[in-house]
Amino acid sequence: MNAEEIRAVVLATLLSIAPEVEADELRGDRPLRSQVDLDSMDWLNFLLGLNKKLGVEIPEADYARLVTLDDVVAYLMKKLGIGP
Amino acid sequence: MIEFKLPSLGADMDEGTLLEWKVGAGDTVKKGQVVAVVDTAKAAVDVECWQEGTVAELVAEVGQKMPVGTVMATLLEAGEKVGDVATAMAPAPRRMISPAARKHAQEKGVDLDKVSGSGPHGAVTLEDVEKAAAAKAPAAPATAPDKSAEMRRVIAAAMARSKREIPHYYVAEDIPLAKALAWLQEENARRPMAERLLPAVLLLKAVATALKRYPELNGFFSDSGFVPAERINLGVAISLRQGGLIAPALLDAGSKPLTQLMQELTDLVQRTRAGSLRSSEMSEATITVTNLGDQGSQAVFGVIYPPQVALVGFGRVTERPWAENGDLKALPMVTASLAADHRVSDGHRGALFLRELDDLLQRPEDLDR
Repeated sequence: MNAEEIRAVVLATLLSIAPEVEADELRGDRPLRSQVDLDSMDWLNFLLGLNKKLGVEIPEADYARLVTLDDVVAYLMKKLGIGP
Repeated sequence: MIEFKLPSLGADMDEGTLLEWKVGAGDTVKKGQVVAVVDTAKAAVDVECWQEGTVAELVAEVGQKMPVGTVMATLLEAGEKVGDVATAMAPAPRRMISPAARKHAQEKGVDLDKVSGSGPHGAVTLEDVEKAAAAKAPAAPATAPDKSAEMRRVIAAAMARSKREIPHYYVAEDIPLAKALAWLQEENARRPMAERLLPAVLLLKAVATALKRYPELNGFFSDSGFVPAERINLGVAISLRQGGLIAPALLDAGSKPLTQLMQELTDLVQRTRAGSLRSSEMSEATITVTNLGDQGSQAVFGVIYPPQVALVGFGRVTERPWAENGDLKALPMVTASLAADHRVSDGHRGALFLRELDDLLQRPEDLDR
């Protein structure tokens, strides 16, 4: 998997929780939760969805590192051992 | 013969439209079984029947809009047969129908046999016929904006009634959450992702536990005064992604461990947003809890959902300066608020309730019981 494919998985997971979101309008460098209006339950379900699709365990202690869409993609790539 | 009537699923519901029957004539119905799906201004709801019997007749037709209290179906009690009912019911007692109601029914072509009476001894009033005539009129095809406007209308009606009838008072308290969050972090580190707990669950359990000592905040106010509820059913305010708000009940929240409460909350949120709530969840909340912390508000002072008598609000969990024993430190805090009905309790008891909530959240391990 490359960064683009991981981003596609992230967006698909997000859309399953917030179907009204226009993926093209999301800014990768802005806080994701405020752009999409995700509450705590939505956020937990989003991370669970990523866990199911990619098999990546995300400790609660790492939540603070997952602020933007770009952060989430970079975090997953590192966990999956992809990229530089 | 049992008459199964359209139940009221909250103060903001006065009518509903039958979407689907889940049973047919001759079917046996058990207590708590979902027998119909009814569309309200807020959501499609699985309506349960709380009496046992065999379906004799489905009176309401799919697509029919009807006021609360309309007979939707008749059921035979155990040992009863259709013939018995006919015998028992003949000669049927003459129904009381006001002359104005009878005249209006003739003009509007309303079948009086299908109108349930709300007057003394079940008398059919002019208002009953007007409601039935309005429900009989073909409804305009529903569109998304109409549904949204309808939901806003019923929320406004319930909240206006609340502000008109309930003398609200408000109290608030800043509660340190360092111990609760540290306990939660440790607990979640031991759990698989799918079983992690949200801070919201700890707050809900603390509210339910505190209410055991403050029953005057948990119940209903009616014409006969305050009636405390037997169980603590927390109405959880859940925002819908398309706009609007529903507060279905997390039933018997005070007696459940945190893991079960978390599972039930997850299920309740999913079903609320998917539009598959049960009638008991819509009608049995004994107090409402709202949490606007995720939206960034520091505090929320809510409007009580009648006939309930209290609402607890939580704001955002943030680090704030906190002075203790002469030391100043930064601690995660939450502002908890209580809006309550002055006809039933006063600010003194409300403040003690919030203090109890604070005490409980300093001993989070005790809440997991």
